[in-house]
Amino acid sequence: MSTLPELVCPAGSLPALKTAIDHGADAVYMGLKNETNARNFAGLNFDEKSAAAGIRYAHDKGRKVLMAINTFAQGVDISRWQRAVDQAADLGVDAVILADIGLMDYACRRHPRLRLHMSVQGSATNYEAVNLARERFGVVRAVLPRVLTVDQVRHVIEHTDVEIEVFGFGSLCVMVEGRCLLSSYATGESPNTHGVCSPAKFVRWEQEGAATASRLNGILIDRYGAGEAAGYPTLCKGRFDVEGDTYYALEEPTSLNVLEVLPSLLEIGVAAIKVEGRQRSPAYVAQVTQTLRAALDEAARNPQRFSVKPAWQAALAKVAEGQQQTLGAYSRPWK
Amino acid sequence: MRVPDLTLPPLFASVVSRLPATPPNLALVTLLNQLLKRGVLPADMSLLAGRHFAVDVLDAGLRLRFGADDNGFVLDDGHAEPDLRFAANASDLARMMLREEDPDTLFFNRKLTIEGDTELGLIVKNLLDSVDWSETPLARFMAA
Repeated sequence: MSTLPELVCPAGSLPALKTAIDHGADAVYMGLKNETNARNFAGLNFDEKSAAAGIRYAHDKGRKVLMAINTFAQGVDISRWQRAVDQAADLGVDAVILADIGLMDYACRRHPRLRLHMSVQGSATNYEAVNLARERFGVVRAVLPRVLTVDQVRHVIEHTDVEIEVFGFGSLCVMVEGRCLLSSYATGESPNTHGVCSPAKFVRWEQEGAATASRLNGILIDRYGAGEAAGYPTLCKGRFDVEGDTYYALEEPTSLNVLEVLPSLLEIGVAAIKVEGRQRSPAYVAQVTQTLRAALDEAARNPQRFSVKPAWQAALAKVAEGQQQTLGAYSRPWK
Repeated sequence: MRVPDLTLPPLFASVVSRLPATPPNLALVTLLNQLLKRGVLPADMSLLAGRHFAVDVLDAGLRLRFGADDNGFVLDDGHAEPDLRFAANASDLARMMLREEDPDTLFFNRKLTIEGDTELGLIVKNLLDSVDWSETPLARFMAA
């Protein structure tokens, strides 16, 4: 058995960071208050002061802090992205999570001792891409998009020295991370360019009797009846009228949950397991972190006889988007 | 300490909704300004100034209204249409404030209604999340 994967948890604020550390995260990831990261939400994320305080808190407890700078530097002025890398290095983060290869080039030249992680937004789905990133920029870890089966993840791990990080829990999208432009059809802004799928300024929630309607820049995304679970107002999770039939034309609101395949992920040697959700509150971070901590420790103690405890599933089900969960691409027994 | 899962009886709401609105609004505004003054609430008032807020405690029949200016929170005459409205039952609002439950979870479960300016809603939600209660005497009430 290889060593236990690092549990990497989301921190959208200083209290969320502390909560993650206190509930058993080995590392937390954070972003700055601007469009250099893929959760560029009003009021979320860290300024210099809170970032410094968070890093101090984590390091005092022997944990790591990763800085996500994982949008693509835009247009004429890419200095903001470069400055974010400089800030991260000056703050003393343990690694930066980058997607843009121009930025990787900048980071490895300017800060040769800064550890580089390739973001899921970098969209590297095979070992050739991962190895190229290592050769060119010294990338030491890659986060794989949620499109690969466990066997395909194993194949990548067997052919690279780069550490491989995979997602363990969180809201799913249409799962072409780093390549999605869907929301720009409605708003002109996409996660790669502006760091957010559905910018809040375009989102409207409206009560229509007992139903709640969500609109993105005027486009009706969904209408939830009384008692029907709601989701994030993204185009990929909307219900649309397609030739007279109204249904989830792209994907249902759902969350990834890998508990059932945890022993397999340990066995193939993933280096880290990531939890999605920097936009969520400390309560979510606490519930998900302690559940995955317990499951990971149990899987390490007893890989042969590991079984998923109902209490873990219940805890994760409660906070899941759309209140349903899936193994996603990990389990495709037919290949 | 867990917040019990209960809905207040309808009689409660019918009594509360007939009481004058000013005392609870004043209490809330005073509390918010105290938190602001002590640096517990790290609010950037420029983002909130001139906006009107509503918090409806559905089962208590309580309709809280307040506004904000550049210096802090203020009583609102209640005539302006709120820019942002949160509505939930008392136990769910308590769970949210005590960090037992994440607002997104309550929202997915349709226990929390958010209406109005979504960006303002995110600012307020993230402001509440960024309060570091561990620095205050209230820390022992917090779940996370």
